[in-house]
Amino acid sequence: MNDLKRTKISGPAIPVRGNDIDTDRIIPARFLKCVTFDGLGDHAFEDDRLQLKQKGQVHPIDNPAFANAKIMLANKNFGCGSSREHAPQSIMRWGRGIDAIIGESFAEIFFGNCVTLGVPCLVADEATMQHLMSHAETHPNDVLVIDIERKTVKAGDQTYSLTLADGPRKAFLEGAWDSTAELLAAKDQIAATAAKLPYFNGWK
Amino acid sequence: MGQSLYEKVFQRHAVRKMPSGQYQLLMGLQLIHEVTSPQAFSMLRDRGWKVLYPERNFATVDHIIPTHSQARPLGDPVAEEMLVALEKNTGQFGLKFFHPSTGEQGIVHIVGPERGLTQPGMTICCGDSHTSTHGAFGALAFGIGTSQVRDVLATQTMLMDKLKTRRIEVNGKLGPGVYAKDVILHILGQLGVKAGVGYAYEYAGDVFDRMTMEERMTVCNMSIEGGARLGYVNPDQTTYDYLKGREFAPKGAAWDRAIEYWNSIRSDKDATYDDVVVYDAEDIEPVVTWGITPGQSTSVSGSIPRKEDFDAGEQALIQEAYEYMSFDAGQPIKGTRIDVAFIGSCTNGRLSDFAEVVRMIQSKPGFKVAPHVRAIAVPGSQDVSRKMVELGYDKVLSDAGFEFRYAGCSMCLAMNPDKLKGREVCASSSNRNFKGRQGSPTGRTLLMSPVMVAACAAAGEVVDAREFFGIRQAVGV
Ligand code: SF4
Repeated sequence: MNDLKRTKISGPAIPVRGNDIDTDRIIPARFLKCVTFDGLGDHAFEDDRLQLKQKGQVHPIDNPAFANAKIMLANKNFGCGSSREHAPQSIMRWGRGIDAIIGESFAEIFFGNCVTLGVPCLVADEATMQHLMSHAETHPNDVLVIDIERKTVKAGDQTYSLTLADGPRKAFLEGAWDSTAELLAAKDQIAATAAKLPYFNGWK
Repeated sequence: MGQSLYEKVFQRHAVRKMPSGQYQLLMGLQLIHEVTSPQAFSMLRDRGWKVLYPERNFATVDHIIPTHSQARPLGDPVAEEMLVALEKNTGQFGLKFFHPSTGEQGIVHIVGPERGLTQPGMTICCGDSHTSTHGAFGALAFGIGTSQVRDVLATQTMLMDKLKTRRIEVNGKLGPGVYAKDVILHILGQLGVKAGVGYAYEYAGDVFDRMTMEERMTVCNMSIEGGARLGYVNPDQTTYDYLKGREFAPKGAAWDRAIEYWNSIRSDKDATYDDVVVYDAEDIEPVVTWGITPGQSTSVSGSIPRKEDFDAGEQALIQEAYEYMSFDAGQPIKGTRIDVAFIGSCTNGRLSDFAEVVRMIQSKPGFKVAPHVRAIAVPGSQDVSRKMVELGYDKVLSDAGFEFRYAGCSMCLAMNPDKLKGREVCASSSNRNFKGRQGSPTGRTLLMSPVMVAACAAAGEVVDAREFFGIRQAVGV
């Protein structure tokens, strides 16, 4: 299980600024028509990128300076809207692959989807986020180091504290985020719970 | 101390508490559709797992199915591939599939209740955020991601945090021409789209007590738009009358035992909640969204709000909405020209929605969709569609200028051929007005009730359906 453990995550960061970036913007609905997740990375933020391009601006995803990013930086309520797991799937498959996200807050389903994919979403306060984003914009090649155990991120010579609930934190540290195997281990308890529910037993 | 329905049902389904503090929760029913399931089935196959309770998992096809023709192969090869994958997966793992050829196909959240699968006191999940719809029956129903779909297939359980509870009471009497859709849009406008994060919503009070099951479904459907993971109404006689005799509902002696059980899981009179909010039905008017979240709305007689009236933190999003929607603060919503009218979706694609629209159309001699408006009426299921034809609604709608389509999600989201073009404005009975939601990256959506959509379709612009149809005596609930 060792390869499943998430203790330290490091790499350059890509800031994606804006509050309430919903999953339709992370991966537009037309790309959901697929039976595998492969190739979704290329279409991450596609419509936002196009709209900026038409205005003569560049979305960070299209900025070669961030091409090596392993960590994404976000603002408030990131990943709101539809429950589609395609959104974290597209983020973790973009470029060299995003391994963690730091943001001011995350939508609940998006956060949960990321946990089950082994991608920690850590929360920072507004001021920290400002610093991290400006730092990444001015030093795009600088490597950020996230320490899951201590719940910190190091950027340049500064260390900032982050928030991550104990449940997911433990799951990352122990490599227990691959939920299915763990759930299946309780097969007898599952049957016992079902046995007590009248509707599971034909209302007998 | 009394318990809420949420607490009772959660407790009875909790298999164990995990070291993380989360619970392993047993699922009474999983509903499956073509978009979020194929990867889950392939992961199952990779690991050599089987479906633990195949009889508790049901599938339908809705998101990608075209609504102008269901002929095979589907016009879009990717859509066809997804349908084939679902046929293969349900076949191989032994799950029931409400396939288009069975006459039972439809939007997943319409099919579950219709077949009597959705029942009080259950836990229900589906890889779709509007699973909260099923809460109308007093079930804990919520959307999940594809990895959790896999978990539930393999173990019939998933990990979940215990939520806080908020009781939302609406008391009094709704005015004529004010519908369930207006009630939930009003609640979202008041509470905002984030207030529900970490909460289960319990809807209570006279207004919900009087609502039909279909109206309760409309409300619960949009709980997720308020950030709540789930929303429910306590089961009562209305619930039982709806369920009785349906295909998967308990029968005979089992029915009586079921009622007894369902009554026992209702919230106790002295149940406590983490929060309670109370609204007055008289304050609710027909609501229209003007922005890019379902919370950005105004009553139809109102105008686009001023940015300054919102918290500093929200102003950027308001500005973004002005720009995307091309609205200015202070501009009345009435008179906004529309290009497309859409009646359908799991929010408002049930028989009663079309019945009310048809009733209104018939009350207005010469009702006709405006020449510049493209209008579609899309039943939420083949069952709804069949009943509409039996009752002649298809004819009334077609004569009025609506295209009557086959069942599916249609223009609620852009995964099938029904899409907005360019910057078109759509009066829509669906549930999301996010940027690009209806298929054009610049398309604009105004959410409203089906009767409001019909009025706007004929006027060619946003109007107050109450004035347009001359609604005076009480209708709705
Ligand atoms: S109608 Fe819309 S919201 Fe409902 S299931 Fe289909 S796509 Fe989702």
